[in-house]
Amino acid sequence: MTEPILRTESITKYFGAVKASQDVSLELRPGEIHALIGPNGAGKSTLIKQIAGNLTPDAGRIWFDGRDVTRLGTVARARAGLGRTFQISSLAMEYTVLQNVVLGALGRDGGVMRFLLPAMKDKALVAEAEAALDRVGLIDLKSTRTADLSHGQRRQLEVAVALTLRPKAFLMDEPMAGLGAGGSKRLTGFLDTLRAEAPILLVEHDMDAVFALADRISVLVYGEVIATGTAAEIRANRDVRTAYLGEDA
Amino acid sequence: MSVLLLIEQILNGLQFGLMLFLISAGLTLIFGVMGIINLAHGSLYMVGAFAAAAGAAATGSFVLGLGAALMAAAIAGVIVEVLVIRRLYDRDHLDQVLATFALILIFSEGTRWVFGSFPLYLDVPSWLSGAVTLPGGIPYPLYRLTIIGIGLAVAAGLFLLIAKTRVGIRIRAGESDREMIAALGVDISKLYTLVFALGAALAGFAGALVGAIQSVQVGMGEPMLILAFVTIVIGGIGSIKGAFVGAILVGLTDTLGRFLLPVLFGVFMEPSSATAVGSALASMLIYILMAGVLIFRPTGLYGKA
Amino acid sequence: MIRETYLNALIMALLLGIPLWAHVAGQPFTITLATKVAILGLAGVGLNIALGLGGMVSLGHAVFFGIGGYAMGILAHHAQTYTPLMEAPLLIEGTKFMPAIWLVAVVVSAVVALAIGALSLRTGGVYFIMITLAFGQMFYYFAISWPAYGGEDGLSIYVRNEFPGLNTLVPIQFFAIAFVALSLGLILSHLIARSRFGLALGAARQNSERVQTVGLDPMRVKLVAFVISGAITGLAGALFADLNRFVAPTMFSWHLSGELIIFIILGGIGRLFGPVVGAGLFILLEHFLGGLSEYWLIYVGAILLGVVLFARGGLIGALSGREVAHD
Repeated sequence: MTEPILRTESITKYFGAVKASQDVSLELRPGEIHALIGPNGAGKSTLIKQIAGNLTPDAGRIWFDGRDVTRLGTVARARAGLGRTFQISSLAMEYTVLQNVVLGALGRDGGVMRFLLPAMKDKALVAEAEAALDRVGLIDLKSTRTADLSHGQRRQLEVAVALTLRPKAFLMDEPMAGLGAGGSKRLTGFLDTLRAEAPILLVEHDMDAVFALADRISVLVYGEVIATGTAAEIRANRDVRTAYLGEDA
Repeated sequence: MSVLLLIEQILNGLQFGLMLFLISAGLTLIFGVMGIINLAHGSLYMVGAFAAAAGAAATGSFVLGLGAALMAAAIAGVIVEVLVIRRLYDRDHLDQVLATFALILIFSEGTRWVFGSFPLYLDVPSWLSGAVTLPGGIPYPLYRLTIIGIGLAVAAGLFLLIAKTRVGIRIRAGESDREMIAALGVDISKLYTLVFALGAALAGFAGALVGAIQSVQVGMGEPMLILAFVTIVIGGIGSIKGAFVGAILVGLTDTLGRFLLPVLFGVFMEPSSATAVGSALASMLIYILMAGVLIFRPTGLYGKA
Repeated sequence: MIRETYLNALIMALLLGIPLWAHVAGQPFTITLATKVAILGLAGVGLNIALGLGGMVSLGHAVFFGIGGYAMGILAHHAQTYTPLMEAPLLIEGTKFMPAIWLVAVVVSAVVALAIGALSLRTGGVYFIMITLAFGQMFYYFAISWPAYGGEDGLSIYVRNEFPGLNTLVPIQFFAIAFVALSLGLILSHLIARSRFGLALGAARQNSERVQTVGLDPMRVKLVAFVISGAITGLAGALFADLNRFVAPTMFSWHLSGELIIFIILGGIGRLFGPVVGAGLFILLEHFLGGLSEYWLIYVGAILLGVVLFARGGLIGALSGREVAHD
C-alpha cells in the first residue's frame, strides 16, 4: 500500500467538557477521494479545522507529506501543499475573479515582497491563474467583481484558487453546496479527474456526489469515526444505517 | 522615603484608578454591547465636569452640581446616540473613529465657545475639605477618601446591575447574541440608548468628581480617554471586570511610578537628572505595562480570544 | 477611471501652479501654505498605505511624524550648538544636511513602526486602534517630560537645513523639495498598490483567512506595509519640522493622528491622491474658517461628520463620480 499523503493519528479535541473529536484516525492516500460524512454537529468542521491548522488538537498527531504538522499553523500547512476550499466561501470580495486567482498563484510562487512591478501584468502569474479559471469554467467571468458572483460561482472560484497552489492534497468543505443540479454534476465530473493530480479529502452533504466519487468514505458521529470503507461497505454497514441514515430518514 | 508617604501615594493611585474605572466601564460596555468604539467618551467626561462646575456655581451646592453632571452627561449621551452613534452600528471601525473624532471637535470647540478658554474651578465643599487621620496616623484628604468610597460603591452597584437585574441580563444577552435578544422581543434600540446613556453618565460623574481636584477645562477628557483605552486593552475589551482590574493597575502603576522612579534613579544618579529620567520613564510606564500584557495576553487579562 | 486620472493631473497642476504664481506675484505666504499641503499630503500618503491599502486604522501615526520632526530637531540642534550627539562608544555629530536627516528620520520611524506594528497587529480590529493611539500618547508624554531637547517648549532651529545646490531659505526652492518628495511618495504608493505586495496587502485587508489559505502570512504583509507607511510619514515629519524650523511635542499629539485620517477621508479613502486633496482642503478650511471664527474646528467636525455619515467617497469620489471599491 502506498504511503498516505495525509494522516491523522488518534486526534482528540475538547471544547470544555464536550468531545468534538474523539480518537480520530484518518488517511488520505494518493489518487483517492476520501469523503467525510456525518450528521450535523458530528464534528466535521472541528476536524477540518484541525487538519487545516486553525485548531490544534488536544491529543494525537497530524502527518502531512511525511511531516508531523500538528503544531503548524494554517499558513505553514498551505505552504506545505494543502489546498483548501471553505464551506462558506472565503474570498477577497472587492477583487476581480482573476485577482483572486492571481493571489493564489502568488502564494505558490512566494515572491510577495516585491513592491514595484504590477502583479496583474506578471505574465507567468496571470497565465497560471487563467489556466486554473479555464479548468473550472470561470474564464469568461475573469473581470467580474467577486462580490457579484453567485454562490455557486464563488465555490468554483475557490477551487480555481486551490488549483493554482498545485497542492499535494485538497481539503474541500462542501464544495457542492449552493451549486444546483447542473453545477453539481459538472463539479462532480471535474473532481473525478482532479484526484489523479492530488487526492481529495471531501466533506460533503450531497450524497449522490459522495457515492459517485468517493473511493472511501468515513462516517463521523459525535466526533468519532464509526466506520471507514468503500461506498458499498458503508451502505451495508449496520452502525452507519442506524446512527446516520436512520437519523436522516 | 517614608512609609506614610507611600501609603498616601497608594491611596492616590487607588483613587485615580477608580475614577478611571468609571470612564472605562462605560467605554468597554458600549463596545461590548454595541460594538462601537467611542472616542467622544472623554467629551462626556468633560461635559460632566463643566455641568458640575456651572451647576455648583449657580446653586452653591456641590451635590446639586454632581446631579447636574449626571443629568447633563446622560442627556448628551442620549442625544449623541440618537443623532450619530445609531447610524454607526453597521459601519466599520474607521467610520466610528472618524465620526466620534468629529464629535470631539464639536464638543470641545462648542464648550470653548460657551464657557471660554479659561479653566473653571469646582471647589470641594467645606464639609468635605480638610484631612482625616487614617489608622496608623496617616493624614489623608477627606475629599479624596470620599471619592474612593464613591468609586467603590459605584463599581459594586455596576456589578450588581449587570449580574442581578433584568436590565443587566439584557445587557449581557446583547453582548453575546444580538439577534437572540431581538428575537426575544427586547427593544434593542432602546437598550442601546440606555447603555450609552449609562456609560455617559458614569463618565460625566467621574468628570465632576475629578473636576474638584483638578481644573475644569476643554481638552481634559482626552488624556482620560486614552488612559481608559490603555485600561481596557489591559483588561480585555468588553469585560467590566477587566476594566476594573485594568483601571486599578493603571492608576497604581502611574501614581507609584511617578513617585518611586525618581527616588529609585536617585540611588545611583545625581538628583536633578534622576528626577528628569525618572519622571520621563514614569510617563511611559503604563504603556510599557500595556505592551507587556499584550505580549503575553494579546486580548487582555479578561478578554475573549 | 479616466476622469480620476485627469482629476489627479489637475490636482498636481494646481499644487505646482499656485506656488509658482505666488512666487512671481511675490506672495511667500501662499507658497508656505502650498508647502504645508505638500508635506501633510505626503504624511497622509504614508498613512494611506497602512489605512487605505492595508485596512489598518492607525490612530498613532503622529508618532512617526514626530519622530521625523525630532530627527531633524535633534540633529540640527547638535549641529548648530557644535556639540556631538554622542561620544562613546562612537562619535556621532549633528548635521544640517537634509538627505542625512531624512535618512535618519526614515530609518528610526521604520524601526519604531516595526515595534509598534508587531505589538498592535497581534490582535487587530479595535485593539489595533486603541493600541496605536496609546503608543502615540506614550511618545507625546515622553517628549514633554524629557528635558534634554526642550521638553514641552520644543526645539527651535535658527536656519533651515541645507540641500546641495539649493537655497532652502527661498520659499519656492523649499517648496520644490517638498513637491518632489510628495511626488515620489505618490509614485511609490501607486507602484505598491499594483505590485505583488499590494495585491496580497489588499487581500489581507479584505479577508485575512484567504491570504493564509494561499500560504501567505497576512500579519507579515501588514507589518511590512505598516513599516513602509511609518517611514514615509516620518520623512514628512522631518520636512514639516524644517518648514517651521521648529519641533515640539505637539507633532506627536493624537489630534494630528486624527487629522491625518481626516485628510484621507476628506479626499476619499482608497484613492491615490485622496490624502493630498484632503490635506489641501484641510489647510484651506483652516485658513479661511480660521479667519472667520476662532472656533473653526467646530465646522471641521460638522463637515467630517457629514462626510462620514453621508458621503463616503470623499471629494474625489464626488467629483469623479466613481464609487471606489470599499466595504
